[in-house]
Amino acid sequence: MAHSTVGVIFSNVHDENIPELSRHRTMASVPFGGRYRLIDFALSNLVNSGITTVGIVTKNNYQSLIDHLGSGKEWDLARKDGGIILLPPYSDDTDKPYTTRLEALMGITGFLTHRSEDYVVVSDCDGIAHMDVGDIVRFHEEKGADITMVYHEEDQPCESSYFITLQPDATGRIKGLKINPGDLKKGKAYNLYVNVMVMSREFLINTIQNAVTRGFSSFGRDILAKNVDTLKIYGYGFKGYYAGVNSMEDYFKHSMELLRRDVREELFGNRDIYTKVRDSAPSKYLEGAVVKNSLISDGCVIEGTVENCILFRGVKVGKGSVVKNSVIMQDNVIGTDVSLDCVITDKNVVIRDRRHLAGCESLPYFIAKGRML
Amino acid sequence: MLRKKECVAMLLAGGQGSRLYALTNNIAKPAVAFGAKYRIIDFPLSNCINSGIDTVGVLTQYEPLELNEYIGNGQPWDLDRAYGGVHILSPYQAKKRSSWFEGTANAIYQNMSFMKRYDPDYVLILSGDHIYKMDYAAMLRAHKATGADCTIAAIEVPMKEASRFGILNCNPDGSIYEFEEKPKVPKSNLASMGIYIFTAEKLFKYLAADDENPESEKDFGKNILPAMLNAGEKMYSYRFHGYWKDVGTISSLWESNMDLLGEEPAFDVADADWKIHSRNPLAPPEYIGETADVENSMIALGCEIEGTVKHSVLASNVVVEKGAVVKDAVVMAGTVVKAGAVVEYSIIDENVVVGENAKVGESKSAGAGIAVLGRNIEIGEGAVVKGGVILDKDYKGE
Repeated sequence: MAHSTVGVIFSNVHDENIPELSRHRTMASVPFGGRYRLIDFALSNLVNSGITTVGIVTKNNYQSLIDHLGSGKEWDLARKDGGIILLPPYSDDTDKPYTTRLEALMGITGFLTHRSEDYVVVSDCDGIAHMDVGDIVRFHEEKGADITMVYHEEDQPCESSYFITLQPDATGRIKGLKINPGDLKKGKAYNLYVNVMVMSREFLINTIQNAVTRGFSSFGRDILAKNVDTLKIYGYGFKGYYAGVNSMEDYFKHSMELLRRDVREELFGNRDIYTKVRDSAPSKYLEGAVVKNSLISDGCVIEGTVENCILFRGVKVGKGSVVKNSVIMQDNVIGTDVSLDCVITDKNVVIRDRRHLAGCESLPYFIAKGRML
Repeated sequence: MLRKKECVAMLLAGGQGSRLYALTNNIAKPAVAFGAKYRIIDFPLSNCINSGIDTVGVLTQYEPLELNEYIGNGQPWDLDRAYGGVHILSPYQAKKRSSWFEGTANAIYQNMSFMKRYDPDYVLILSGDHIYKMDYAAMLRAHKATGADCTIAAIEVPMKEASRFGILNCNPDGSIYEFEEKPKVPKSNLASMGIYIFTAEKLFKYLAADDENPESEKDFGKNILPAMLNAGEKMYSYRFHGYWKDVGTISSLWESNMDLLGEEPAFDVADADWKIHSRNPLAPPEYIGETADVENSMIALGCEIEGTVKHSVLASNVVVEKGAVVKDAVVMAGTVVKAGAVVEYSIIDENVVVGENAKVGESKSAGAGIAVLGRNIEIGEGAVVKGGVILDKDYKGE
């Protein structure tokens, strides 16, 4: 399967779910888990399944993504044939850049037709999971499916502004597909489509061309929902840990879940998650440091107290400061005698001495990139 | 593209490092792990790239496998270049002869053709066993300014240790009038750091002459430098002020690791103006657990700490279980210290398992010295490894 599948990653879809973090970057380049960006998980899943060509569909704000991906060498995707191929929006003078996924796919038809792989895995960047993409493609082949959609059982309503739920039968064939259903209740299980799908390359190209002729605009509505009965759409139930980032609350909750050993083992245990490296020095814990139940990335210098936190690269925590239940991103400088609780800080935030800030679990206090408090 | 490099660096990395005992059983000294994520060779390589020298020959001989793999194509140091970059130079078989490198000068001489490919004006000779940050470009400027044929980097060492070094006796302008290799009664405390810049044509001339001399030990310190001085070539010292440590012994390796700790460390690897580049471990951030007590330490990615870690340097993916204590220790990648075990005043190589309630080493004040565990070994449950003991095989206890 290694050489017969090509990956396509949508970097901008779902940006609106976490506007605070995606204002200046794509969903794909939202920092997560101390040293990663969300795209690292999707990309590592593809790479670890032997996929060597990944097209990355971008729309806007993608400087940070380009910076992160570089030549693709960290993912072993600096290749002569294939590797990482950035697919910025294509438009001539009369067109506007795409607004829907289907239009985006129309824009990458050239990429798709020039490849030779049999299958295409299309993935978004809003999910954190360790998925064996090879398994999904095998499932797709075995079922002889037109489209295989990966779902995960959830029992909390989805807060995303656009999502799809699936009703598979015993064989996995999708019998019902709903877009943004309003009847989801806490504690009531349903199958959430996790924005990973497999199709044959030929099927995808034909579908796109057909959609162009008929003037379709929505992949979900015009292709999936309308054709549930006629197309062979199968659902692949993903049983492992899945964290969808559908809101800031989700972002905070899933960040904190990384403090659980079982979650870390599933995500990082027996395989590698690739990411850009920065050659930071290892983290230093000074005299008087107290660190409990926290993930600490490299380049940090800790002199204060850190409990139940995710610290990204290069964070400084000064003497007498107490940082609890917080996500502190890259290169933050926290002065002395500061107190933080339930705070998410974006990159390069400076918190001056003796400041006290607190949010709560359902509404973490967010501090934007580069702010000085 | 310009088919010429002003300065080519030649890094002598063939040393066995026999005084590191179990730590160099299977790897060359420059590949020995240092400072939680580095290897010794990261320092000269980073110095090269930070000084604008992008052509480096690394001469390997003893157990080169891991070193070669580590250097790879040189990308971590930005030394993967279309022209230049880092090259591993191993001993090779030639039409007229085939031989191992004999002595430092012979190693360079055998790679004359490598240097000549770049048509260099200057050649920088480095060794792979020191921890330091140095701007070779500044040294090169000094070399040009004095019009020297050879410039030797030099540092002041305590007088009582001077007899361990090559000592430079200099005039006030820095020119060298005498060179003494490990003198019994040193006249000065200005020691050669084993870092030389030669004007290329002079170097090539003296290497060729030395190769003809059957009496020669083919060593820079013993043969090349004295020969140049005797012939009246212009030789200057270049004074270096800063941290410089030979990590060729167990105790100096331990000390140098400890020099990284604290708020104002003796040696700062987190210097934004002089980045130390290295291969990076593919590991998630380290997890410091609920029961952990970590202070005055340096900890790399991927560690899982539930026990106590004090005044120690832990490399990537080290596990310290609940109730275990690691103190005054250097622990290399992938080692597991099981519950209740105590590790004190020790150096533990990669992928060692210290069994439950085992005891490795004794407190520094006990005076027994540093305990050393070689890589991939297992210390049995409850086993006791005394201070100063060096082990390279599994040990179950008495």
